[in-house]
Amino acid sequence: MKLLLKGGRLIDPAAGRDGEFDLLIEDGRVARIGRSLPAEGAQVFEIQRGWIVAPGLIDIHVHLREPGQEHKETIATGTASAVAGGFTAVACMPNTDPVNDHPGITELILRKAAEAKQARVYPIGAVSLGSRGEQMSELAAQKAAGCVAFTDDGRPVASALLMRRALEYAGMLGVPIVNHCEDPSLKGDGVAHEGFHAARLGLRGIPGVAESIMVERDIALAELTGGPYHVCHMSARQSLRAVRAAKARGLTNVTCEVAPHHFVLTDEALETPIRYDTNVKMNPPLREAADRDAMLEGIADGSVDVIATDHAPHHADEKLVEFDRAPFGIVGLETCVPLVFDRLVHAGRIGVARAIELLSTNPARVFRLPGGTLADGAAADVTILAPDAPVTISAAALRSKSKNTPFDGWRLRGAVAATIVGGDVVYRNDGLQ
Amino acid sequence: MLRSRHLLGIADLTPDEITLVLDTAEAMTEIAARPIKKVPTLRGRTVVNLFFEPSTRTRTSFEVAEKRLSADTLSIAVAQSSVTKGETLLDTVRNLEAMAPDMIVMRHASSGAPHLLARLCRSAIINAGDGMHEHPTQALLDAFTIREHKKRLAGLKVAIVGDLLHSRVLRSNVQLLNKMGADVWACAPSTLMPAELPRFGVTATASIDDAVAGADVVMMLRIQHERMHGHFIPSTREYFTLFGLTADRVRRAKPDVIIMHPGPMNRGVEIDSDVADGPYSVILEQVTNGVAVRMAVLYLLAGHEAQAD
Repeated sequence: MKLLLKGGRLIDPAAGRDGEFDLLIEDGRVARIGRSLPAEGAQVFEIQRGWIVAPGLIDIHVHLREPGQEHKETIATGTASAVAGGFTAVACMPNTDPVNDHPGITELILRKAAEAKQARVYPIGAVSLGSRGEQMSELAAQKAAGCVAFTDDGRPVASALLMRRALEYAGMLGVPIVNHCEDPSLKGDGVAHEGFHAARLGLRGIPGVAESIMVERDIALAELTGGPYHVCHMSARQSLRAVRAAKARGLTNVTCEVAPHHFVLTDEALETPIRYDTNVKMNPPLREAADRDAMLEGIADGSVDVIATDHAPHHADEKLVEFDRAPFGIVGLETCVPLVFDRLVHAGRIGVARAIELLSTNPARVFRLPGGTLADGAAADVTILAPDAPVTISAAALRSKSKNTPFDGWRLRGAVAATIVGGDVVYRNDGLQ
Repeated sequence: MLRSRHLLGIADLTPDEITLVLDTAEAMTEIAARPIKKVPTLRGRTVVNLFFEPSTRTRTSFEVAEKRLSADTLSIAVAQSSVTKGETLLDTVRNLEAMAPDMIVMRHASSGAPHLLARLCRSAIINAGDGMHEHPTQALLDAFTIREHKKRLAGLKVAIVGDLLHSRVLRSNVQLLNKMGADVWACAPSTLMPAELPRFGVTATASIDDAVAGADVVMMLRIQHERMHGHFIPSTREYFTLFGLTADRVRRAKPDVIIMHPGPMNRGVEIDSDVADGPYSVILEQVTNGVAVRMAVLYLLAGHEAQAD
């Protein structure tokens, strides 16, 4: 089985490649990259002029909700959403029901993912049993079952001692600890960023330092232990400052990610266009312009390693309630590429190669995953992008089972043309053909 | 005529609309002075008072206003009913809507709850207090009371003192008074000040003496005992020492100052009894005026609805 991707601009930051190349896929692997490759025996995929052939995008922060909350998302619908968003692989968070703190659950997730035959799924295990922050899970057993990282995401690892031990132990296993940084006492029962808009709307606030105080703590522990440490969904400018300082003093074991909504939106969305829209309720919350600008700066200057979506599907009924009672989170897999291209690349903040680094090369590096490159012999996970194509986000048209997005109706520039996993075309954007 | 068919907050009212409500309320006070305090204005209209939070003062005030306008009224205290069985706010209201009320007066502990209903329900929604967000009829009755005494709102120095952080009365009053040209001072311990308070258009201070100095109006807000666990203030004793309104402090204000409080009061915590019951206090007048203002709001929204139909 041969597939020839003919034409287009191939960009692979990991291999230092950027130019007009054909890509030949054979038996699910990259067989050859070159100019004017012969098409004999191969099915030909004509890449239009201006399109980009990139190593498959990898989202390392996704909630697939299965097992336990299949009314929000299943592994099948979540991975269908992923490939429609250009992601050939996703790492899924352990805050399922039951929590993925056991090899049996990891195995179930992997089996369901294999049945779905869409994106690759890399489970993330819980740091602590039940993500309760008390007793460490059997990290080695989970790793053996297929977990690629550990986190109690949805909750922080509040105990500094548990965090220290987890970093030490996971360091021994060569697997990163990913923390949802949020000091519980400073967060309290906050539901929105502590700033002018929440104050005016009478919503309880969560200050930026609720996040950064734990980022600072964790960096100190990462320095002490040497364990690989990754900050999830960073939102506050103070946190970025801490990560930047850690990197500047040579802590190569510290990495971080930012979600598109945190570099696109601000807390002004609490009031505009409508007040109290629960589709702008996420955790960490949308912060103020200075934080949003800091995230943009960090993305541009290299301080931010990864863009991850924090895809958090919730059923419409769960969001159709009072703001303070609604669950936190929005879906993100299918809106990520248009937001990255429109707001970062076309806005002149970063180049295309840096975008691919943030969405593919670095996620693979940080989580030590296969993929993130189109080197000879690598698995043929490829994302084809149409960077100039106009896109109108339609919540109703999303493949995710949930439609909770604040970007419904947004007109952006930058689309996914096709997604190829292991040499199989699993998604093709017919609107662009 | 009000532009919206709902009253969700002062944020949505123009100065002209505020003046219209206050002028209409003035006409309504005349009804209260009659031997038979009832007019047929809302005959045949159904108003549901839906209170998700306990409230004697506001609920009673609305009920009296509705009865004086001859509306059919239904009052439901929801805390004890379906919500505790897991029903959502929207389901509760949709069930009520199936009985075709014209207006729903709602009090709710969540900021923005009336906005959700206004987007999704047919009935006109009147916000009777939502979480820490707004309490528009309270601000209107406060403005009515001030105007009654001072004959104007523009140019007055109004000091609002107390738990500003958790106060919907503050948020509504500040917007109303700003729109009407008053000079608003807001005073609280720094732990009880909302973020970026000066951007609300007030002079923020932690000195009650500065706030009260030369004030035409001093509006005291309740310090909420139930919030003490949040380390907001060390003790009510210390709070009273620093922020309590005493007769001494009242003397710093204008000689014709009026003292207001939306109630319920904590005597000896935010206000001395001498002041609460003293010659400058208009606290009970606020209660009386509340009925007239709520009659005005019901009347104006009902008229709106009739036209819209």
